[in-house]
Amino acid sequence: MSVPGFSGLNKFLLLFALLFLLLPYGWAKEAAPVAEDPEIERRMIALSEDLRCLVCQNESLAGSRADFANDLRREIREQMKANKSDKEIVDFLVARYGDFVLYRPPMKPTTILLWFGPFVFLIIGAIILVVYLKRRRKQIEEPMLSEQQRKQAEALLEESKGNNA
Amino acid sequence: MRFLLPLIAFIVLVGFLLVGLNLNPRQVPSPLIGKPAPEFQLEELHASDKTLTSKDNLGKVWLLNVWASWCVSCREEHPLLVELSKAGIVPVYGLNYKDERDLALQWLRQFGDPYVASARDPEGRTGIEYGVYGVPETYVIDKNGVIRYKQIGPVTVDALQNKILPLVKELQG
Repeated sequence: MSVPGFSGLNKFLLLFALLFLLLPYGWAKEAAPVAEDPEIERRMIALSEDLRCLVCQNESLAGSRADFANDLRREIREQMKANKSDKEIVDFLVARYGDFVLYRPPMKPTTILLWFGPFVFLIIGAIILVVYLKRRRKQIEEPMLSEQQRKQAEALLEESKGNNA
Repeated sequence: MRFLLPLIAFIVLVGFLLVGLNLNPRQVPSPLIGKPAPEFQLEELHASDKTLTSKDNLGKVWLLNVWASWCVSCREEHPLLVELSKAGIVPVYGLNYKDERDLALQWLRQFGDPYVASARDPEGRTGIEYGVYGVPETYVIDKNGVIRYKQIGPVTVDALQNKILPLVKELQG
């Protein structure tokens, strides 16, 4: 493309001037904080680490990228801005989604088996082990040599000594 | 005899695992059952100048079906809802969850509109109040505005015949 009246140098200058126009776009910006309020964001993440995302059930609310998790994070953020305590927010979520949202289930009559079941199994296992070991010891102890058998054995040992000599 | 105890323990374990395999992890019991349905005051899908509130239906038994045009399983249950609304046993209201008006209206034109009216919840806030986490969900709400049943996932023929309709009849009676 050749424009009348534009020599090579002029073209270069024009390009240079155009580049200057682009300059404001290139200015480095200071990294903007991801959230409006980093303090609330930090609190929100800390709280949602312990909450389950109900759509993607093995992910925490903090780590999930599901749309639903996003909405709940927004809800938590807004409630934090409204000066609700962490406990109030958790109660709000439990009232709507049940204890299932909590990664740490609360202690109550329906969760007693969950909390203490493992210890019950441990105790049952320990009892079985003790009974088994006692029975086995009896089996090992039983074949004791009688007086006569011992004399026989001694005689045999003496005999073999004599043979070896 | 030596193997009897471990065998019994093994069978019990397999029994537990088998039951576990058949449980649906998505079936999270809602704590809202037996509680008053959360209040809402939302724009109506068909007429944006009208509002729909949770109290409009006090005095009758009604169903609240959470749906969206982007929801695939909603198509699965939709013919059933259309049939249910034709039968006129119980009024079905819709909660159009996180959807766009145009798409929602087009969807209803395409598949039929079983709803007396649909309330728009574009940001899913009312959804959170109702503990919605997997669309579609259907709530049975009694005359006093108390949630009596929640169907998570599509309404099936089985759920309709064995749970929802008997419950509705009982509540209406």
